[in-house]
Amino acid sequence: MIRIENLHKAFGAQRVLQGVTLEVLSGEIMIVIGRSGGGKSVFLKHLLGLLQPDAGGIWVDGVDITSLRGRAMDRVRERYGVVFQGGALFDSMSVFDNVAFPLREKTDLSAEEIAARAEEKLTQVGLGGMGHKNPAEISGGMRKRVAIARALVTEPEIVFFDEPTTGLDPVLVNAIHHLILDLHRKFRFTAIMVSHEIPEIFGIAHRVAMLHEGVIVETGEPQAIQRSANPVVQQFIRGEIEGPIHAT
Amino acid sequence: MNREPVETLLRPVESLGRVSLDTLGSLGRFGRFLGEAVGWAFVPPFKVGNFLERVHFIGFRSLSVIILTGAFTGMVLGLQVFLTLSRFGSEAFLGPAVALSLIRELGPVLSALMVTGRAGSALTAEIGIMRITEQIDALTVMALNPMRYLIVPVIVAGVITFPLMTALFDVVGIFGGYLVGVRLLGLSEGTYFGEMQTFVDMADIWTGFWKSLSFGVIVTWVCAYKGYYSGHGAEGVSRATTHAVVLSSVLILVWDYFLGSVLP
Repeated sequence: MIRIENLHKAFGAQRVLQGVTLEVLSGEIMIVIGRSGGGKSVFLKHLLGLLQPDAGGIWVDGVDITSLRGRAMDRVRERYGVVFQGGALFDSMSVFDNVAFPLREKTDLSAEEIAARAEEKLTQVGLGGMGHKNPAEISGGMRKRVAIARALVTEPEIVFFDEPTTGLDPVLVNAIHHLILDLHRKFRFTAIMVSHEIPEIFGIAHRVAMLHEGVIVETGEPQAIQRSANPVVQQFIRGEIEGPIHAT
Repeated sequence: MNREPVETLLRPVESLGRVSLDTLGSLGRFGRFLGEAVGWAFVPPFKVGNFLERVHFIGFRSLSVIILTGAFTGMVLGLQVFLTLSRFGSEAFLGPAVALSLIRELGPVLSALMVTGRAGSALTAEIGIMRITEQIDALTVMALNPMRYLIVPVIVAGVITFPLMTALFDVVGIFGGYLVGVRLLGLSEGTYFGEMQTFVDMADIWTGFWKSLSFGVIVTWVCAYKGYYSGHGAEGVSRATTHAVVLSSVLILVWDYFLGSVLP
């Protein structure tokens, strides 16, 4: 279980997180929604240990990771898989090498085993036989799939998705969401996804949390969020211009 | 009481304080960056593949520019020094004059400036792009230390390749001087090389070696640092690349003067 309590972060005078509190249960898909530039990625970077909070704590299975550094933090990260917003694939490597990379660097598996596992993951994301291509040669949707394959190749317990469908057409958005759902059924990882793909995310989330003005204003199952009486949540999921959220 | 005049007076002091603190912070981060890289350089497992890739990138791919600039530097030196020495009837000293200028000063400095322009700028841009496309974050969350994986191979490759590039620059330059002084202007071959052996000693070669080695550290350190901490977007990378080249070039010249005055 991941518990985030009263997380604060400011960059200069800009207060991005102002007391985020959230619990993510083991094995669930938690999707954090909120406005662009509203601090969702900053929140995610705290969970990954890429940013340190000004105040508050993050507990992963009872361990406060905000106090961990170096090798201790790396041991937590070894349980993680991360799909970055732009994929963050290594340009200097082929698709296959990108997927095989974490296995080569972090395990003692033989070259044959690594090749088999990387190819298996590529097949699971629908890219079997495409390993020889370079990231620059493939489409945006394929890059996201490769990033998912790379994040899952070490069979992590917790997978983070930072807007995995941004910039894709509606068909690809659904395809990626179904892929995530399929892989989750197979591997039962805990997923934390940051997204603003409304209403598509309601089809795959176990629970949804809305981040607004630096705090979580509502958490609940997709149906509960859709029926929420909170005007901020309602305005956001309906995409209305008028309401408490200012369209700036 | 009206506090406005006091605040107006204090504003420049406040700005000065902020700038001083920012500068000190940046210098600390800059020094710590090298310290961390040196520390990780001695911790196995060593990234031999990445190191060889960097040697190829910084060294092998700079060969043509080093040979070309070395040849023309030697030729210009051969011509100008010959014309100057001929005024005093001392053309016989052309060989040592060319060799000493190249080995002690021009070889290390010009080859370092050339490699900065060719490989240093590309290095900053490459690491900067890795930063803005989250590839460095990806390494971090895979529990792979980016310092060890990206930066250490670059700095070690700089330490190895810069002296080699300088040696090549010196040799090509000396033959450039030979081409002009001996083949074109008629100085005897024996005089050109013979006098060189008399006047150039090991201390001169060591001076050139220490200079090139330290330039290797300076250029890779500055260029890797600027890329690693580059700002956002294409503009951030572009600014980091410009800063890296300018700062490396200035530091090369400052450090050259410093070493030139302390080394024998």
